[in-house]
Amino acid sequence: MKDFKCISVRGMTKRFGDKVAVDNFSLEFGKEEFVTFLGPSGCGKSTALNCITGLIPITSGEIFIDDECIDDAHRSVPPEKREFGMVFQNYALFPHLTVKENVAFGLKLRKLGKAEVERRVGDALRLVHLEGYASKFPAQMSGGEQQRVAIARCIVLEPRLLLLDEPLSNLDAKLRVELRYELKALHERLKVTTIYVTHDQTEALALSDRIVVLRLGKIQQVGTPERIFSDPANPFVADFVGFKNAWEGRIESLEEKGGALCARVRTKGGLLEARLSYSEGDPRRADIVAAYKSGQSVTTAIRPEDIVAGARSGSNVLRCIADLVEYQGHANSISACIKGCEESRVDLRSVSSVSYGESFDASVAPDKVLLFAPSPEAPTVGVP
Amino acid sequence: MRAALTRPKAGAMALLVPAVVFILLLFLYPFGYGLYMSLTDPGGAFSLGNYTRFFQDARDFRTIGVTLGISVPVTLIAVALAVPLAYHMRRGVPGERLISFFLIVPVTLGTVLISEGMLTFMGPNGWLNQLIMALGLSKTPVRFTHNYAGVAISVGLQGFPYAFLMLLGYISGINPDLEKASQMLGANKWQTFWKVLFPLMVPGIAIAFCLNFVMAFSVFPSAVLLGQPSGPQRVIAYAAYQWAFEKFNFNAAAAISMIMAVIELVVIAFILAWRSKMYKGASIVGKG
Repeated sequence: MKDFKCISVRGMTKRFGDKVAVDNFSLEFGKEEFVTFLGPSGCGKSTALNCITGLIPITSGEIFIDDECIDDAHRSVPPEKREFGMVFQNYALFPHLTVKENVAFGLKLRKLGKAEVERRVGDALRLVHLEGYASKFPAQMSGGEQQRVAIARCIVLEPRLLLLDEPLSNLDAKLRVELRYELKALHERLKVTTIYVTHDQTEALALSDRIVVLRLGKIQQVGTPERIFSDPANPFVADFVGFKNAWEGRIESLEEKGGALCARVRTKGGLLEARLSYSEGDPRRADIVAAYKSGQSVTTAIRPEDIVAGARSGSNVLRCIADLVEYQGHANSISACIKGCEESRVDLRSVSSVSYGESFDASVAPDKVLLFAPSPEAPTVGVP
Repeated sequence: MRAALTRPKAGAMALLVPAVVFILLLFLYPFGYGLYMSLTDPGGAFSLGNYTRFFQDARDFRTIGVTLGISVPVTLIAVALAVPLAYHMRRGVPGERLISFFLIVPVTLGTVLISEGMLTFMGPNGWLNQLIMALGLSKTPVRFTHNYAGVAISVGLQGFPYAFLMLLGYISGINPDLEKASQMLGANKWQTFWKVLFPLMVPGIAIAFCLNFVMAFSVFPSAVLLGQPSGPQRVIAYAAYQWAFEKFNFNAAAAISMIMAVIELVVIAFILAWRSKMYKGASIVGKG
């Protein structure tokens, strides 16, 4: 394997006719890093991945491995020469070849000796716990086993970059978790630089060093799983990582208190206090200040888990009437409306059971409330 | 799904009757009758004479070689041309409908119309020869009709669309991610074709070859209209025709058609053996 420090993608754009599938995508991948492209279907995450492999030619932009330009939209290194490995959602094993022949496919193309091919195939199969499967055909194996073969087929070549395109999406829930653990362990062990594409936030949070959230071909946010999960850059990311309770309101007062921005927001359901930890230079902060000054409306974002049923002293008490209660094992998922304001919906979780039509008080800590000002261009928050 | 597990009712079985009757009447009965006729003399007594006469008569016996000499190369060429064209068109190309249209037309027109067309178009005074001579490629007209070339071109034109359409369906059904996977593992287009696509196409190629071969082996109108049916292009079907309708010996004709069937079955068995040698895995793995 050729060693490198960093793969950088600069201004990568892909157009299909009028449609922009990937829009000015720029990102650096450090060696050994595990980066996930996260987004709903049609957000361009798979296209971005395929552009990086060279399987889809890019419209403009550049891709570098250290100083070596592998693609500048005019001249590009063909995919077979990039020394990247790719794992597909549908496994894409060669059905006419056995497991061993599948894994040996790339090695044989590299004209390695028979003994070395044998040894490396054996090692790779052991790594994915498929020692006894060498002479089976893909059609004789389960989806999880097939995907392991596909992974072995890639890592046996020691690729510079491993790309996984929704590798777990075709598996059932239990297998998906098992194989996810294995992928994590494999990355810990082999330290292959990896790009992982998924629409599943749990996978993204569990596996990644960094997550890239995409929407309509544009990067929405780049950050550690913790950052993406607790501090989304815009309402889209917030919604995608599980924030709900998007209520419109106007900021009545805004002041700096102890390093945080304290806002009082008048929503239809009542007055809400928010303690925003948006730091200096964060575009979200400037947007909120601007919205306060111009009297523009803002939108809240609160996780259902952060709204606590049962009254609390102080602020942010919501008087609710439950109109949908779902038992979900560890808690009840409750959908409620605010008393006297039927159109304001509240989504929350409660350990204690609440019955249909019951009135109850709920509250949310001010530091759990996020505020977003509507901005024409969704901001991008990067974490280096 | 309880209903699916119970035995089909008698009423449901009755639905099979038309198909069974159809096969019995139109295939099994004529075949059995033909076999019976081929093994009897015109008087109705058992005899192998029809077969021994065929193999002893040099004029009849050589029709096997003549027919194989037309059908095998023509089928090979048709399939060999269909494979790269189908590969090229596997993800669709601009003008695909037009191309398909021109490929299907010869099938719909029928052999006689094509052969008649070729007689005028490719004849000594036809446009093709006028073009060849105008371009100075040849001083005298090139013979495309009433010889081997005429029969071969006509049979090829008939068979190629079948081979192409069948292979196109086959190759476009192969999961496109297999090609991507092969490329990502370091294979160029050529290696990907030979190591991945071609082996997966083998079953389709085998079927296309078999169908094309059977059609070409029973060549009759093309040989009569575009060849010299009494001379070098005396194909086996023509020999059977002469026995039946010129000499009115239906028993000899039946024997020839049985010989045709055996030869076709031998070639098909040979192709299927090649197929199973080339392709061991399961059938195409679809997407998802």
